[in-house]
Amino acid sequence: MSVNLTNPEQPPVKPVAEAKHPSGDKRFKILEVHMKKLQFKQDALIEVLHKAQELFGYLEDDVLLFISAKLKLPPSRVYGVATFYHFFTLKPKGEHTCVVCMGTACYVKGADKVVEAVQNQLKIRAGETTTDNKVSLLTARCIGACGIAPAVVYDGTVIPRQTPESAMEQINKWVQS
Amino acid sequence: MTLNDLFQIKETELFARKKIVLRCCMAAGCMSSNSKGVKEQLEKAVIDAGLQNDIEVRGVGCMKLCCEGPLVQADPQEALFVKVTEKNAPSILTAIKGGKTDVTQADPHSAFFTKQLSIVLANSGVVDPERIESYITQDGYQALHDVLTEMTPKDVVETMVKSGLRGRGGAGFPTGIKWGTVAKSPGAKKYVICNADEGDPGAFMDRSVLESDPHSVLEGMAIAAYAVGADQGFIYVRAEYPLAIARLQTAIKQAKIMGLLGAGIFETPFHFNVDIRIGAGAFVCGEETALMMSVEGKRGTPRPRPPFPAESGLFGCPTLLNNVETFANVPAIYRNGAEWFANIGTEKSKGTKVFALAGKIKNTGLIEVPMGTPLRTIVEEMGGGAPDGGQIKAVQTGGPSGGCIPAEHLDTPVDYESLGKLGSIMGSGGMIVMDESTRMVDVARFFMEFCMDESCGKCIPCRAGTVQMHNLLEKILQRKATARDLALLEELCDMVRNTSLCGLGQTAPNPTLSTLRFFRNEYEALLQPDAHGPRSTQTETTTK
Amino acid sequence: MAAKTLTIDGKQISAEEGASVLQAASEAGITIPTLCHLEGVYDVGACRLCLIEVKGIPKLLPACTTKVAEGMEVSTDSERLRKYRRMTLELLFAERNHVCAVCVANGHCELQTLAYSLGMDHVRYDYNFPKWGVDTTHRLFGMDHNRCILCARCVRTCWHVEGAGTKNVAGRGSKSKIISDLNQPWGHSESCTECGKCVMSCPTGALFRKGSTVGESERDRTKLEFIVTAREKKQWNA
Repeated sequence: MSVNLTNPEQPPVKPVAEAKHPSGDKRFKILEVHMKKLQFKQDALIEVLHKAQELFGYLEDDVLLFISAKLKLPPSRVYGVATFYHFFTLKPKGEHTCVVCMGTACYVKGADKVVEAVQNQLKIRAGETTTDNKVSLLTARCIGACGIAPAVVYDGTVIPRQTPESAMEQINKWVQS
Repeated sequence: MTLNDLFQIKETELFARKKIVLRCCMAAGCMSSNSKGVKEQLEKAVIDAGLQNDIEVRGVGCMKLCCEGPLVQADPQEALFVKVTEKNAPSILTAIKGGKTDVTQADPHSAFFTKQLSIVLANSGVVDPERIESYITQDGYQALHDVLTEMTPKDVVETMVKSGLRGRGGAGFPTGIKWGTVAKSPGAKKYVICNADEGDPGAFMDRSVLESDPHSVLEGMAIAAYAVGADQGFIYVRAEYPLAIARLQTAIKQAKIMGLLGAGIFETPFHFNVDIRIGAGAFVCGEETALMMSVEGKRGTPRPRPPFPAESGLFGCPTLLNNVETFANVPAIYRNGAEWFANIGTEKSKGTKVFALAGKIKNTGLIEVPMGTPLRTIVEEMGGGAPDGGQIKAVQTGGPSGGCIPAEHLDTPVDYESLGKLGSIMGSGGMIVMDESTRMVDVARFFMEFCMDESCGKCIPCRAGTVQMHNLLEKILQRKATARDLALLEELCDMVRNTSLCGLGQTAPNPTLSTLRFFRNEYEALLQPDAHGPRSTQTETTTK
Repeated sequence: MAAKTLTIDGKQISAEEGASVLQAASEAGITIPTLCHLEGVYDVGACRLCLIEVKGIPKLLPACTTKVAEGMEVSTDSERLRKYRRMTLELLFAERNHVCAVCVANGHCELQTLAYSLGMDHVRYDYNFPKWGVDTTHRLFGMDHNRCILCARCVRTCWHVEGAGTKNVAGRGSKSKIISDLNQPWGHSESCTECGKCVMSCPTGALFRKGSTVGESERDRTKLEFIVTAREKKQWNA
């Protein structure tokens, strides 16, 4: 799931600073503009990490170092925060993501069997990505969709009342594509 | 913005109201069953039938019966259409014109609806959460006006004390006393924080409130800010709730444009701003001191209290922290008076409580009932009992911090004290029903695994203790444990509960303790004879 | 500063307002076991060994972060507290790989000393035997994560005394780990000033000076306190 932190209705802020990242990657510039909007405040670290993950897909060392330099925080602090929260990932995710909700309501209605089926099919464990980088299997603590348990999020779309069969069907579509 | 302006908006809205309103649930549950497509098709069908002057299709918040979504309800006909698909749109129009339809309908007068008493959810499923005018039509922001223009902050606190409202986040601390403490704390800068980090698996009340009626939370926060003397508010929302975040952003923007947030609200010197902070997937951040660390952009580790946030909280300033549902109660209390609120509920637990009913039960969804309603009414009458003729075995409340209440205690009224006596807690409102196929030791293990994964790792009893308790539960489930292991487990439960730093660790043993209390036979059935003889008693003597 | 009178383990004592119960007790010659507490850096109340009972308060409170109050009645050594402390130590010994016999800190280890003094003679839980590495990339120091108890004394010392911020805690729960910079080998850290204060602060053999043997690993922690006091009271003017 990606969370859009910027307000889409707001006019884009004009880039004021030149990209300072030696790689010339434009995303660093966008990230810096975002940090500037937050006045380079150190307490905005989590907001900045959200934005960085949205831009880059995951938080690589380069990005963390860039943030640490701009917010004037020790690199260890940035790394410590990034690894404390499960939402942030330091490894690239697969092309598709399958997030199985493992909240209590989903669990008592058989979410564990859905995970097991997908694990067996893809031969990976929850939290891993297939070797061909196609599918990442993740579990969530509770996505708050308990009324339609068990729920699975396929590429950001919540689908209600899943079974091992329906999940495998979706996964097969991805694997074969 | 003046009171007159509010009335004007309301009148304009009422004047423009069409004869028939088709309310489509646009909360996250129904959205995942394509309610957006349903709404679009209904709009199209209305235009096709040339009825756009008579029928309004309105996207609303949660309509409570989540298991039957997508839901569409027609006013004033009251007909409630369930499991609606895009294809059903023309047929629904036929139905409200008096024709026949094959779209499934639910009874809006069933116990699931009639036993509810809505204060927090009064606007849920009624107002359009993306339009502030819709909230104002339900007398929204009038309470804020009255508070700002007619009451002193001291009066506001007193009213809250009189109402008897207790924190809906789980612990049930009297809200008025909390407000009073923050109000009295010296400090030029104070903060109000709304805890929307609804982390309990199985709970989705706060998500629904934010998605369905965000302005009631904002109004509640503004009233609280006036009472305690704060000018800045934060709402800490889980990243897992993108729709709630989007609706809150819209709501804040609209309130700012109307001058209901910002400087000089209702032409008084009072100013108040609200910012959203997004969590990043850490259950422990629901704990107030950890939440504040997270708002400050740090690792969400709790710190010992005292000092309490009311004295030294966010950035070291006095801070008022309340839960979403608590704030959502506030406008109604000032609109209707403290006495009105105090008349609802039980002697010590006033008002209503929203529960997210889920698990092995026919009707899953959102319910709001007066405090003191027996569990049986909720589970059997409103929830319709276990599906497919199954037997209800237990009801789990309070999530990983709560306990399992066995079926024989279903006559327990839901209030803070009664649930506490059964070793559970009110919690934030998750209510998971379990039937006879549920193995209670497995449930205990599930919650222990949750706490183990979510432990921040700062204090030893929680970090290492949950790992050992989880090991022991695994061992029991694998039929490798003896009575000695069970004794070790019980001893650890007691130790972790009493020595952990924060609420997460202190309550982590609760699901295990409560299942041990009511379903001990299930544990014992899995134990193996001890090859070294019954030494469990000896363990006791060496450690005592 | 006003003085507060309180009783600790039945002994009437007076302490300065704002002092912690731990300070007050230590001034009165009463020892409360601690592990994450370190003179010179701020307290976090994490190890839960210094928990005390205070009359009238149902919860146990950490002595290091609880301030003295007038008329407070504190008990620091009840049967129940001793049992909890022993269990806390048992949990620590089972959590990572603490093998005293081959440890550089053997004989100078706070964890070992506490286990002796509290009578924790065996561990009843299954050992986790996790596989944690040893980082010996630094020119002068080494870090053995197997012996780390995550008290974060090194983190606090590195930030609040040295001001470098090289060390921090990464991950969470039992997977927490003390890192240098971006979880890179300590020897590659650009921020480390090689001051060695983290080694001084470590209660176990997790952080050690390279080439140190068991006999040499005595640490001078009073220096930390000295520096902070000197700085705060401006006694050390260049």
